[in-house]
Amino acid sequence: MKSSLDQALALHRAALGVRIERQQLLASNIANSDTPHFKARDIDFRSALEGALAGRRDDGRGLTRTAAGHMEMSRPGGLPAQAGFRPEGQGAVDGNTVNLDTERSAFAENALHYEASLTFVNHIFRSLQQAIQGQ
Amino acid sequence: MSLMNVIGIAGSALDAQSKRLNTVSSNLANADSIVSSDGKPYRARQVIFEAVPVAGPEAQGVRAAQVVESAAPLRRVYEPGNPAADAEGYLDMPNVNVVEEMVNMISASRSYQTNVELMNTAKQLMLKTLTLGQ
Repeated sequence: MKSSLDQALALHRAALGVRIERQQLLASNIANSDTPHFKARDIDFRSALEGALAGRRDDGRGLTRTAAGHMEMSRPGGLPAQAGFRPEGQGAVDGNTVNLDTERSAFAENALHYEASLTFVNHIFRSLQQAIQGQ
Repeated sequence: MSLMNVIGIAGSALDAQSKRLNTVSSNLANADSIVSSDGKPYRARQVIFEAVPVAGPEAQGVRAAQVVESAAPLRRVYEPGNPAADAEGYLDMPNVNVVEEMVNMISASRSYQTNVELMNTAKQLMLKTLTLGQ
């Protein structure tokens, strides 16, 4: 049985998880802005959040093993299945598709959203505390 | 904690970019070294970056995979008075392109700054998370 606390926090817990995953992807993009042949990646927040809320980490794009000899497709960190490659704006000679301005603004925006989710969680805690203390 | 990975990614980039800055400064310092450790004129060096997973496939850091010597032809300078000059009075000078190196330096320092910012943002987010519910 799910407690009401679980229900109250479910959305924000999932949102924070997706935000952290996106933050990692964006940090990778920025760190590799000078790496030849590196392709920038990002996730669609809405579908990733829907996936996280539904409790699925994989949208069926993973490979099915039908024989013992098949190699396992491991996802140690759990790659968000929705991670896709960013459409290329201006191509670079070395095959890198990272646009530093886009990535930095996305990183700042994502950090802000993360903080917003934290604030929401804090407010929930505060309301619950108020209800418990009855003041 | 996954936000730690962001710090790890930014840290790997700081390491790689500082290696790049090191090669730039060694290239600039040796722009006129007609004799290097192997007895031949100094050749410009460049680092090659490579994406490397830090923790899981979504956290791709970067590392300086190798340092290669530039294949550009050496500069030929006419200096008959120099004892190292050949029979025709020409001297082989290093193939360091100073303009290229300066551009490389600016690019590396910008990337370094960006990654420091990344680290700071991740740190702030972690600190906010730690004070959750207080």
